[in-house]
Amino acid sequence: MRIDLDARPQRSALREILAPVGALIVAILIGGIVIALMGRSTIEAFDVYFVEPLSQSYSLQAIAVKASPLILIAVGLAFCYRANLWNIGAEGQFIAGGALGGWLGLLTYGGAYQGALGGWWILAAMMILGALGGLLYAMIPALLRVWLNVSEILTSLMLVYVAQLGLDWLVRGPWKDPGGHNLPVSVNLDPEATLPILFDGGSLHLGVLLAPIVVAIAAVVFSKTLFGYQVRLVGSAPKAARFGGFNDRTIAIAAFAISGGLAGLAGVVEVSGRIGQLLPSISPGYGFSAIIVAFLGRLSPVGIFIAGLVLALTFVGGEDAQIALHLPGDLTLAFQGVLLICVLAADVLARYSLRFTWGARS
Amino acid sequence: MSFDPQQIQDILVIIVAAATPLLLAAIGEVVAERAGVLNLGLEGMMIVGASTGFAFAYLTDSTMVGVIAGVMGGVLMSAIFAFLTIGLATNQVAAGLALTIFGRGLANLIGGGFVGLKRAGAPHLYIPGLSDLPLVGRLIFGEDFFVYFAILLTGAVGYWLMRTRAGLTLRAVGENHISGHSLGVPVRGIRLLAVLFGGGCAGLAGCYLSLSYTPFWSPDMTAGRGWIALALVVFASWKPWRALAGAILFGGVAVLALAFQGLGVPIPAQLLNSLPYLTTIIVLVVLSLRDSRGALAPASLGQAFIPDR
Repeated sequence: MRIDLDARPQRSALREILAPVGALIVAILIGGIVIALMGRSTIEAFDVYFVEPLSQSYSLQAIAVKASPLILIAVGLAFCYRANLWNIGAEGQFIAGGALGGWLGLLTYGGAYQGALGGWWILAAMMILGALGGLLYAMIPALLRVWLNVSEILTSLMLVYVAQLGLDWLVRGPWKDPGGHNLPVSVNLDPEATLPILFDGGSLHLGVLLAPIVVAIAAVVFSKTLFGYQVRLVGSAPKAARFGGFNDRTIAIAAFAISGGLAGLAGVVEVSGRIGQLLPSISPGYGFSAIIVAFLGRLSPVGIFIAGLVLALTFVGGEDAQIALHLPGDLTLAFQGVLLICVLAADVLARYSLRFTWGARS
Repeated sequence: MSFDPQQIQDILVIIVAAATPLLLAAIGEVVAERAGVLNLGLEGMMIVGASTGFAFAYLTDSTMVGVIAGVMGGVLMSAIFAFLTIGLATNQVAAGLALTIFGRGLANLIGGGFVGLKRAGAPHLYIPGLSDLPLVGRLIFGEDFFVYFAILLTGAVGYWLMRTRAGLTLRAVGENHISGHSLGVPVRGIRLLAVLFGGGCAGLAGCYLSLSYTPFWSPDMTAGRGWIALALVVFASWKPWRALAGAILFGGVAVLALAFQGLGVPIPAQLLNSLPYLTTIIVLVVLSLRDSRGALAPASLGQAFIPDR
C-alpha cells in the first residue's frame, strides 16, 4: 500500500477548524469501541465522561480548576513550539514554580515575616516567585540549547525527573510538617498564602481568572506584536528570519522564558489555590497533557483555551468514570494519547489530500 | 574496603543487567535514526513491551511467548508512529510524544490486572564449571538470554549497518532522502522497516524489564529508560558498538546509586535516584563540546519526506 500526499492548493480556515473537531470525534469513537470491547456500555460511559460533568455545577467548577493549569502551560508551550523549540519538560517547570512559590508560603507560615506590613503581599509575591522558579528551571535547557546546541528535548525531559525527586526530598525532609504524624506533607498554607475561593462553598479560586487573561495577552502578542511575528518566523522559516536580522538565540531564550514562567505560575496557582499545601507530587501530569492541549488548540491561544477545557473534561469525566463505572483511570491517559495521534493526523488532512494506491507503484 | 571477588562480580553482574535494556532500546533507535527517523516514542514502546510481555508470559507460563508478545507490542506501537510520520509526514517530535503518552496509558490498562503478581525470572545460562569460575563465571557464562542476545544484536547491527550494501543504503536514506529518492531507493519503505525494527527492539527491552530485571509488572516501570536510551544514541554518535560502551556507563551510574544506598552513605535517596538523569544531561553537554555543530547526526534526521513524482 502506498499513501500519496498532495498539497491542497489553498488553505481553508474552515478545514483548519474542523480538523481538531474531527480528531476529537474520531478519538471518542475509538474510546467507545475500546470500552465496548471491555464489555461495558459505551453509552453509559459517554454519559459519565462527557455529559454528566457538563450538567452539574460542582463538576463544571472542577473543569475550570483543572483547565486553568493546562491552559497556562499550553499557551507557554505554544511560544516554544511555534519557534520550533521542543520544550517537553513543562511538568518539571510546573513543579519548580510550585515549589519556589510554595516555599514563600511555608516561610511566612503562622504570621512570620509579616510584622507591621501584614500579609497582603504574600500571594502576589508567591505568584511572582512561582513564575520565576519555572522560568529559571526552563533556562537550563534553553541556555544549553542556545550556547552548546544540546537537544532541548532530552534535557528538558530529564529535568522533569530531577524536579519530581527534588520536591519529593523537600516534602519528606526539610519542609515536612513536624505535627503531621510523620506524613510526607507540609503544613497547610495560611489564608494569606491561599488563593481565595470565588463563591462560597465552591471550588473556583481566584487563580482560575489567570487563564483567560493570559490567553488574551498571548493572542495579542502573537497577532499584533513584532515579537509574536519573530517567534512564528523563526519557527517556520529560520533562514528568512536570519536574513531579516532577527536574533534567533534571543527569541529562543524568550520563548523558553515565557513557557517556563507560565508553567511555574500554573504550579504555584495549583499549590496555593487547589492543594493548599506542598505534597511529594503536585501534578497529575498537567505538564504532559498540556502538550496535547497545545496541539489540539493548533498552537493558537484561543484554540488552546477551548482545548484546555476539553482535556479538563476528560480528567473530570475520567475520575467520575472511575467511581461510577469502575473504569480504570489509565483509560483517560490512553484516550489523551489517542486524541493527540488523531489531532496530528487530522492536521495533515487539513493541508493535504490523501491518495491510497494499492499494489504496484503507479 | 576489601576486594572480595564475589562482591565485585555481583556489582558487575548488576551493571550488565542495568545496561541491557538501555542497549536493546538504543540499538533499535540507532537503526531508525540512521534511516532519518527520530522516534521519541521509545519510552512508550518499551512500556507497552513490558506490560504485554509480562501479561502473555504470566497467562501462558512461558517466558518465550511473553518475549514474542512484547516484541510484537513494540512493533505495533511503532507501526502507529510509522503511519503518522512516514505515511502522513507529521512532525516526528510531536508523533513521538503522542506515542509515549498513549503507550503509558495503554500499558497501564494492559498491566492493570497483573499488578502484584510475580513469576520466576528468565532462566540464566549455566555451564557446570565455567559458570562457577570466580570473578567472571556468572558475568560471562551465567547471564540470561536477553544479555547474550543484546550483544549478538549489537554485533549484527554494527556489521550490517557499516559493512553491507543494504546498511549503506539505509544510511544514505538518513543522510539525504532526496538523493536516495532520485536514485530510485524506496525511501519510505526503508524508513518503515527501520522504524518497525526499532519498535521490536524497544519491545524486547521492555520485556527484559518485566521478565528478567524485576520479574513483575508495575506501572511506569520503565522510569525514563526510553529517554535515557535516546540520549545514549547521541552519546554513541549513532554507532552500535559505542552504544554498548555507553550502556555500560549508564548502567554503572544506576548501580552506583544502589551501591551507595547499600553502604549507608548519608546522601538523600532522591539525589542518588536522580543521578542517571543528571548524568544524561552532563553527558549531552560534554558531547556537544566535541560536536558543537551536530555534524555526527544523520543529516536528514527528523525531517519528513514527501516524495514528488
